[in-house]
Amino acid sequence: MDFFDFNLPSYGWSTVLGSAISGVFLGSIYALVALGLTLIYGVLHIINFAHGALLMLAMYAVYFLWQAFGIDPYLAMLIVVPGGFVFGYLLQRGVIGKASHGRDEIILLVTLGISIIIENAALFFFSATERSVRVPYDLDGFDLGVTFVVYPELAALGGSLLITFLLWLFMIKTDTGKAIRAVAKERQGARLVGINVDHIFAVCFGIGVACVAAAASLLVPTYAVHPQIGYLFVLIAFTVVVLGGMGSFVGALVGGFLIGIFEQLGRLYLGESLGVITISFIFILVLLFRPSGLFGKPAG
Amino acid sequence: MTLQVRQLHAAYGAMKVLHGIDLEISEGEIVALLGSNGAGKSTLNNNISGIYTPKSGDIIFDGQSITGLPSEKVVELGIIQVPEGRRVFPNMSVLENLHLGGYRRGRNRRDQNLERIVSVFPRLSERFNQLAGTLSGGEQQMLAIGRGLMAEPKLLILDEPSLGLSPLLVEEMFELIAELNKQGLSIFLVEQNVMQSLEIADRAYVIENGTVALSGSADELIDDPELRKTYLGL
Ligand SMILES: Nc1ncnc2c1ncn2[C@@H]1O[C@H](COP(=O)(O)OP(=O)(O)OP(=O)(O)O)[C@@H](O)[C@H]1O
Ligand SMILES: [Mg+2]
Repeated sequence: MDFFDFNLPSYGWSTVLGSAISGVFLGSIYALVALGLTLIYGVLHIINFAHGALLMLAMYAVYFLWQAFGIDPYLAMLIVVPGGFVFGYLLQRGVIGKASHGRDEIILLVTLGISIIIENAALFFFSATERSVRVPYDLDGFDLGVTFVVYPELAALGGSLLITFLLWLFMIKTDTGKAIRAVAKERQGARLVGINVDHIFAVCFGIGVACVAAAASLLVPTYAVHPQIGYLFVLIAFTVVVLGGMGSFVGALVGGFLIGIFEQLGRLYLGESLGVITISFIFILVLLFRPSGLFGKPAG
Repeated sequence: MTLQVRQLHAAYGAMKVLHGIDLEISEGEIVALLGSNGAGKSTLNNNISGIYTPKSGDIIFDGQSITGLPSEKVVELGIIQVPEGRRVFPNMSVLENLHLGGYRRGRNRRDQNLERIVSVFPRLSERFNQLAGTLSGGEQQMLAIGRGLMAEPKLLILDEPSLGLSPLLVEEMFELIAELNKQGLSIFLVEQNVMQSLEIADRAYVIENGTVALSGSADELIDDPELRKTYLGL
């Protein structure tokens, strides 16, 4: 038997288009997770290894709000997003910033440690069981002809775009947003105009976790929650950040959509399990040919 | 406004840089701080500004000890430093840079302050929307000073404002500093341009290897044989 003797299935354009559209919906969530990651990287110059664990934690929060109080996952956003901000702010100000003494390599290890603690605590308290929320409208939607769009997909796209837009407005219009951009590129200059850099770091971390919390609300209606769920999304979010360019907002958005589309097309052509390797493939290609990403500035 | 530095010792880790500095700046003065490369001038500024914490000694501003206060508190009190190398925000527009100058102080009078600064530096207003990182060195220096003025300083610390400017611009810069001082601003001027600094300063300190080697009125120091020999090669 010839190992190389297999053909890619051939599909009509409508099937391909349908796949790509569902990739856009999926990609919008990747973009949101990546947005938080890229903001933290752009300002603190660290990779937040706890990002996935925090997403998982937020998904549990949304799940339990639904299970215990019957709060709709989308409505839960009003609780978990501010809650995520405060949690992230305190985590940076009280733990990560204090433990690391401003040394980037220690911050990295501290976030890694936090992710291990959160994941093991989740396994211990919530067990490895998958839990899912059933919303009455999860299969409702409308037919686009080439594909059927369910409302949760639409909410994911709308929610992600809205949050990205609001965050962008915040960054260019408000004093705090400007201070964040100042700290990102010129910490000492920022200190000398009276910006409290530790506060700004914590605000960024808070916003990063708030983004993840919003993503959690958008995910829970369609994804089951379990202690490992964060890995899945955060590995993809890393790819998105590298593809889009470290620290770039537009990059996170475009990268998210591209990865979502590639992933769905990969699934279509290579099957459920093999399809996901398209993401790793893109990751390696980007690192080989454009290490600064699509929207990043080349180093040096 | 008075700033008093008493027996200030400063270090980077185990490396001691300042060994007991004493100096004073009074209301309305231009006080020059002179000294060769590596003497510890910027280290002194950054210890005053709260970027670093002194090892020992005291910094007293208007009768209140500010030793070891974080930088945002020092700014809030009105000690504003325009640092060596300008340190403008390169990724932001000229207007945004000026705006951030009023982040901690002078927040409610940003518009008036901006107007005043534009009248001092008309060239900045022509470039409001240009990214600060793309300005020429001289323009960046103006922006850095403008950003400092947005905070309504009681004491303005200028760290080598003439560095990297053409001789003509250096001349303009010193005229500007003298003019700001005439309008009532107290200025601590760190410089390597010894003669020009002494011409506009009231008093001066010369530091060498982290200690004050010479001090006195600017007029006296201009004629000091030791200073002329060391710094001017005369
Ligand atoms: N961040 C730092 N970490 C360690 N050492 C430093 C640091 N900044 C300055 N130094 C050292 O402290 C000494 C004094 O430096 P400082 O910058 O205060 O000198 P300066 O008088 O401002 O010189 P210049 O005129 O060249 O600006 C130098 O030996 C310098 O190498
Ligand atoms: Mg210096």
